[in-house]
Amino acid sequence: MFDARKATRSVTHRLQSAGDGNLKPGSVLQNRYSIIKVLGVGGMGSVYQARDLRFPNVTKYVAVKEIINTADPGMREMFTKIFEREANTLASLDHPAIPKIYDYFNQSDRSFLVMEFIDGKDLETYLNEFPGLLSEEVVIEWAIELCDVLSYLHNHKDKDGNPEPIIFRDLKPSNIMLDQHGSIRLIDFGIARDYQAGQKGTMIGTEGYSPPEQYRGEASPAGDIYALGATLHHLLTKQDPRIEPPFTFAERPIRKSNPGVSLELETIIMTALNYNPAERFASAEAMKQALKTLRRRLSGSLSRPMGTGRIDAAAADSLGQARPAEAPAVISRSEVTPLWVFRCEDEIRASPVVSGSLVYVGAYDNNLYAINAADGKLVWKYATEGGLPAPPVIHQDILYIGSEDRRLHAISAKSGRLQWMYYADGPIRAAPRFADGHIFIGADDHYLHVVNASTGRKAWRYQASDAIRCRPVVSGDRVYFGCESGEFYALDLRAERKWMFRAKRGITSSPLLHNGTLYVCSLDGMVYALDASSGWRLWQFRTNKPILSSPTIDGNLLLVGSADNHLYAIDIRNGREAWRFATNGQVNSSPAVIGGTVYVGSVDHSLYAIEVASGRLRWKFTAKGPITSSPAIANNVVYIGSFDHHLYALTA
Amino acid sequence: MFDFLKKWLGQIRSPVSETLPPLPLGSSDPDATVPLPELGLRASDHDQIWPRPSPTRFTVGLAQHVGQVRTHNEDVLLAFTGELRGLEPMPHIGLFVVADGMGGHSLGERASGIAGRTLARVVLENVLPSLLADPRSDYERPSLTEVMELAIAEANRTVVRLVPEGGTTLTGALIVGDQLILCHVGDTRAYVISDGKMEQLTRDHSLVQRLKEMGQLTDDEAAVHPQRSVLYRAIGQGEGLEADVISRRLSPGTILIVCSDGLWSLVPDHIIHQIIRQSPSIQDACEALVHAANEAGGPDNITVVIVQLPG
Repeated sequence: MFDARKATRSVTHRLQSAGDGNLKPGSVLQNRYSIIKVLGVGGMGSVYQARDLRFPNVTKYVAVKEIINTADPGMREMFTKIFEREANTLASLDHPAIPKIYDYFNQSDRSFLVMEFIDGKDLETYLNEFPGLLSEEVVIEWAIELCDVLSYLHNHKDKDGNPEPIIFRDLKPSNIMLDQHGSIRLIDFGIARDYQAGQKGTMIGTEGYSPPEQYRGEASPAGDIYALGATLHHLLTKQDPRIEPPFTFAERPIRKSNPGVSLELETIIMTALNYNPAERFASAEAMKQALKTLRRRLSGSLSRPMGTGRIDAAAADSLGQARPAEAPAVISRSEVTPLWVFRCEDEIRASPVVSGSLVYVGAYDNNLYAINAADGKLVWKYATEGGLPAPPVIHQDILYIGSEDRRLHAISAKSGRLQWMYYADGPIRAAPRFADGHIFIGADDHYLHVVNASTGRKAWRYQASDAIRCRPVVSGDRVYFGCESGEFYALDLRAERKWMFRAKRGITSSPLLHNGTLYVCSLDGMVYALDASSGWRLWQFRTNKPILSSPTIDGNLLLVGSADNHLYAIDIRNGREAWRFATNGQVNSSPAVIGGTVYVGSVDHSLYAIEVASGRLRWKFTAKGPITSSPAIANNVVYIGSFDHHLYALTA
Repeated sequence: MFDFLKKWLGQIRSPVSETLPPLPLGSSDPDATVPLPELGLRASDHDQIWPRPSPTRFTVGLAQHVGQVRTHNEDVLLAFTGELRGLEPMPHIGLFVVADGMGGHSLGERASGIAGRTLARVVLENVLPSLLADPRSDYERPSLTEVMELAIAEANRTVVRLVPEGGTTLTGALIVGDQLILCHVGDTRAYVISDGKMEQLTRDHSLVQRLKEMGQLTDDEAAVHPQRSVLYRAIGQGEGLEADVISRRLSPGTILIVCSDGLWSLVPDHIIHQIIRQSPSIQDACEALVHAANEAGGPDNITVVIVQLPG
């Protein structure tokens, strides 16, 4: 971090001040000021420490600020006048935080300002040398002093008593000194700041502390308040705004990097940092009062919340905007009655499927149930001789479902009558896929079976190296599926392998094909993005426990649960986490999205409805047993099964 | 901004240009037409060139020019392509890099050169062996996004070490088959043209871009803003660079453009699109774009590489 800043500044400085010659130690200006050393280098010239030779018997130091006037001769005269006028204004200021002005003069192409030498350290240096994070109490003291001097400047009047506010315009830690008494002093008043040469060429590094309106040429007291907010943010977080993307203070909450800071101080600083000047504090004085109220509370009873304090209207109004991360009210639906509940004889681990007016769901009582979607009444049930861990697929009124009885059953979706059965050599725990008149289904016998959907006859089968429990993807002339030992296969429709990918553990989660990219999740905890045509890995994303959940995509976000108790949203363009949502149990349920909300179950017994864009909880519903089944959504109703033997219908 | 176009329109006295509607100045209509005098086009070609039949192989055009003001070229351009045909074809591969150095005193060109070469070395070292491996073998293939992240991080480390006072933007585009993986820092840009629409894929890491996103500056204000060249992120800025890396599937026949700000800040997007539409070849388009930027004043180095995928 520190190095980055140094590099940034060195590039900037090189561009701005290349070729400027500093005065050498020992040179004497006006027969009076003997240069000792350079204190700092700026875009317009340097600041020197000098000794005032008028005081031969004592050592009196002064600071001499040099402004090199590079303007053409016509401009130079105007420039000199402006300099003199501003020097006079500064000399008339009287505030403990503002250094005294002793003298000014012009010499060849340079103007000089002689002022009080402050023996201390600027806050940037202080911050960089300070181990750890600054405490809130210290920063509040400085902030109050800074508000006081800003208020003095903003209320400045000309010699006739007319308001003539002075805008500091460049408040930042390096322009604030901490003197030997621990008091705040402002340095580097913006003399002729408007006359700095325009920047040429591409440069790295922004001002970082300036308000947005300053880039439109607007300078106002509100701009100084913003810069003070930016300075306080930097002091408390140690994050240098010159190397962060500009105007990202709100995205980098103070209390995230410095948990010792109170919510009140964060709110005060974020109020000062509003993009809209009208939403900041109305004045530096108003900000000072808010800080003093907070200081009183912190030094007194720590338990009394702010709210009775005299934070001004602008601050109060913008509290909401300043706290965008505030959690919204969460509706718990645990006591809300579902639209209906359907009870089976055993656990529901598989996901329901909605087709037409019916909901189909398989249970561990070996039955497949067809239930009226509107009222939850049983329409028919079909008994197999094994558990039904996976959902069916329905095509043209025929429902296909695999069972642990080793059979693939084809049943009339309307009546529940058997059409045909296909026998595998092991239990079937995978969901089928219909494509090109065929059913593609994996089994624990290690085979992917391809079965003619109308006759139930085998077209071909392919032997994988272990059981296949995921639902295959069929697209074009390719079939993609993984197996329990981690191999992931791409076959053509003649059962010839085109490529293979190997995860470190089994692939139980069903792959997802989206826009030429396959998303494959594994028990090794990873999400892999693979180019479907070549098998090349585009990216991978690591969760902390096995993934059994099958992913879904909404916009640029891939949503998938993990046994590490989280639902993840991953940017499919680069595999970076957008957000994660924590539940209290494994998330083995597959998420389903509709209308900007993602629904997912957890082993903690709850179904969660979460906003896709933000990852924030909208509501949750709590069942009486774990939910590993995935929700099915149709006509604004969410259907979800639980280990508690029930299928629930809830309003989405 | 449109001076060079007015100049062109003023110069052209061909019968066709008189029958063309005047250029709607300020319009961003991608279908607006401008005659292109320097391309040696027959007037009647204008409407026939697009849609150009998609090539059966990767086609690449590139052009670079120091511009009208600078004496140094601080831009760097790298282009690699590879194809293997036969019974078991490998996916075609392309790597295209544009970097715009900064820092003056030859530091900029050092930084951009080192960054471009380092990125290309790391990418090719990681990708080529698996590309040339037997497709039926279980050869472990690296994650392409990770390769790009690794490569741009290494480019950054190398620049920080060797040219501590310099910096550079960098936009790198790796194409494997129909997958594009982009890495990006700074204000060099990548665009794609697909289905007749041009889309900018990269986001400038510049102060004015951020102000535009915040609604604090309009496009017009940003184009002339005195600080329009100030970046907040670049290679060589220090350790811990946060580069943008994105992958995207390209449809057949897609055109990819990677260029420096010496092009895009002088020639508006819809004119870039139009020049490409109206050029007889990808290479002609590159040269016409450089010419357009020079006509507009050419204050900066101009670099452009255009790639068209097989259709």
